[in-house]
Amino acid sequence: MRHTISVLVENKFGVLARIAGLFSARGYNIASLAVSETMDPAISYMTIVVEAKDEKILEQIKKQLNKLIDVVTITDFTKKDHIDRELVLVKVDYASKDKAKLEGILSKYVAKLIQHKADTAIIEAVGEQPQIKQLLDDLDKFGIKELIRTGRIAITK
Amino acid sequence: MKMNGAQILIEGLKREGVEVIFGYPGGQVLPICDKLYDADFLKFILTRHEQGAAHAADGYARATGKVGVCMATSGPGATNLTTGIANAYMDSIPIVAITGQVKTFLIGNDAFQEADVTGITRPITKHNFLVKDINDLARIIREAFYIASSGRPGPVVIDIPSDIQMQETEFIWPDKVEMRSYKPTYFGHPGQIKKAAKLISQAKKPLLYIGGGVITSGAHLALRELAEKIQAPVTWTLMGIGGFPATNKLSLGMLGMHGTGYANHAIMNADIIIAVGARFDDRVTGRIDSFAPGAKVIHIDIDPSSISKNIRVDIPIVGDAKNILGELSEQIDKAPDIAEWHKEIEALRKKYPLKYKDDGKIKPQYVVEQIYEVTKGDAIITTEVGQNQMWAAQWYKYDYPRTFISSGGLGTMGFGFPAAMGAKVGRPEKQVIDIAGDGSIQMNIQEIGTCVANKINAKVVILNNGYLGMVRQWQELFYKKRYSQVSITSPDFVKLADSYGAVGIKVTKKEEVRPAIEKALSIDNTVFVDVQVEPEENVYPMVPAGEAINKIIEGLA
Repeated sequence: MRHTISVLVENKFGVLARIAGLFSARGYNIASLAVSETMDPAISYMTIVVEAKDEKILEQIKKQLNKLIDVVTITDFTKKDHIDRELVLVKVDYASKDKAKLEGILSKYVAKLIQHKADTAIIEAVGEQPQIKQLLDDLDKFGIKELIRTGRIAITK
Repeated sequence: MKMNGAQILIEGLKREGVEVIFGYPGGQVLPICDKLYDADFLKFILTRHEQGAAHAADGYARATGKVGVCMATSGPGATNLTTGIANAYMDSIPIVAITGQVKTFLIGNDAFQEADVTGITRPITKHNFLVKDINDLARIIREAFYIASSGRPGPVVIDIPSDIQMQETEFIWPDKVEMRSYKPTYFGHPGQIKKAAKLISQAKKPLLYIGGGVITSGAHLALRELAEKIQAPVTWTLMGIGGFPATNKLSLGMLGMHGTGYANHAIMNADIIIAVGARFDDRVTGRIDSFAPGAKVIHIDIDPSSISKNIRVDIPIVGDAKNILGELSEQIDKAPDIAEWHKEIEALRKKYPLKYKDDGKIKPQYVVEQIYEVTKGDAIITTEVGQNQMWAAQWYKYDYPRTFISSGGLGTMGFGFPAAMGAKVGRPEKQVIDIAGDGSIQMNIQEIGTCVANKINAKVVILNNGYLGMVRQWQELFYKKRYSQVSITSPDFVKLADSYGAVGIKVTKKEEVRPAIEKALSIDNTVFVDVQVEPEENVYPMVPAGEAINKIIEGLA
């Protein structure tokens, strides 16, 4: 099962390596990772999506994260009421005759056509993972040339 | 007052109460060495290898309870420290390792003798620092010592580029350490302690299972009080040796792979296990799904990540063992009624005694027993790793904490001799004896030079069987006696000791064992006692890896 964990850390060089090393040393994979500064520039916010087979592994990940000297606090969103989002940029095959059809699809999502050329269009979309997945399935009919997505970010309600 | 980086370091060490550094100079610590020249309060022990320096700092820390300090130059100097750092990490030993680094503007350029030391040591330290601004140095030193010695202790590396060592700034020593992201828990949750006390008072078959945390926390007296109050038998891990007096009638000795049969059977039959500063390591639990099936577990540990890591815990109590054990004793008003349990334990003691066949040959167990008798249990014993380590753990009775010093988690051959050196520097009034094997002693034998040069009179008793004995034992038992790469030659240890200005004694007959040990202890010098023991003696009892902890091979004796 995938779990979303956020970690407040000291904003210092090497901290990301400490976090990443903790996962790699135990053979845990990071599914996605988003890092940014907070309002306090001395602190960074990391949102980590991790695959954990069971509760015990998740517990161990949280405890080990807490043990790192540079980690200030940890929030596990698994059992918390929260909102999560990710942002995608998608480059699709495009012909001007498809414009209306494409916009029709996009209108169902929080998505917009941000640029289109003779043969390609770039779309920006924000949403929860299932919505993004649905959108990508829809866009696949046009032919996805390139896809970039941020890691998931989350906030408690 | 303005100081350069090297002076700040030395002033910082002084304020942290450091009296000795084990180390080795080199190009990127020259400014520090220059300032050491004037630092009268500080003894610098020049080892013969950086690995020796790291283990010596570790042995010093284990013997004294203080933070051990070692130092090396950049690149190869620092990488040579890493085995010692990893060793300290696995056993939660507080050391601070100071490494020189290439100048800040050369970092990442593959400069001469450059290595990414903070990168290399990240997974084997509690924390590490690369100093990039001279104004951070004093604070970093303060934090390094605090982190190393507080909470669950561990090694901390301070990597200092040589240009930082030469830059000047105002020396400002922080009054206290303020770290929002690091606040160890020392006091146990009162509700949890109450629950534990209630459970203990209802116990039929309680057992105390103790580890290195008891020694780290100085909880041995609090532990003894609790054990005697509830009359629970006590067993310990390799790291817990000395945490409870071995001569006490409640003691069951060490448990685990080479633990006593009665300790292993007792923990399997217990109904309540009180684990204190121990982590249910695989060498202790054996096959995890069959471990102590009927027991409820109370786990006291300062490190929350140790709890429920290997086995499910019913009552976790996070905090310092000494505080929690004290509280726990107070909360228990009535001792449980466990007369039947004591009878069962006595029967187990009779059924599975710790034994060996003492015949006319020199048995390694006999040698260890003789060391115990000659020293009256008052020495500090260090060990190498392998059979020597297990015999030293089984056949010497340790009544006091910090008297048994051994590489538990990492299992580092070559640890015992430099650790003995460090222990002797820290506790010069004590006899310090490394119980070694002929394989392990050759891994850091160069430190005999350090011992002689600094008049560190450590003693080494080599249980010389001509084999890498523990590997040979496994090949005998599990690989059809196909002895592969385990026969090892040694130098003439007497001549070797002599050439270094130390003393060597060779023992080939059983009746020479005791006089040789007595003589070694009376000589005011480093002494190697080379005892030619029975070559194919095995360590028993033994639980094969992956078996349940009560599936014991007893041996033939």
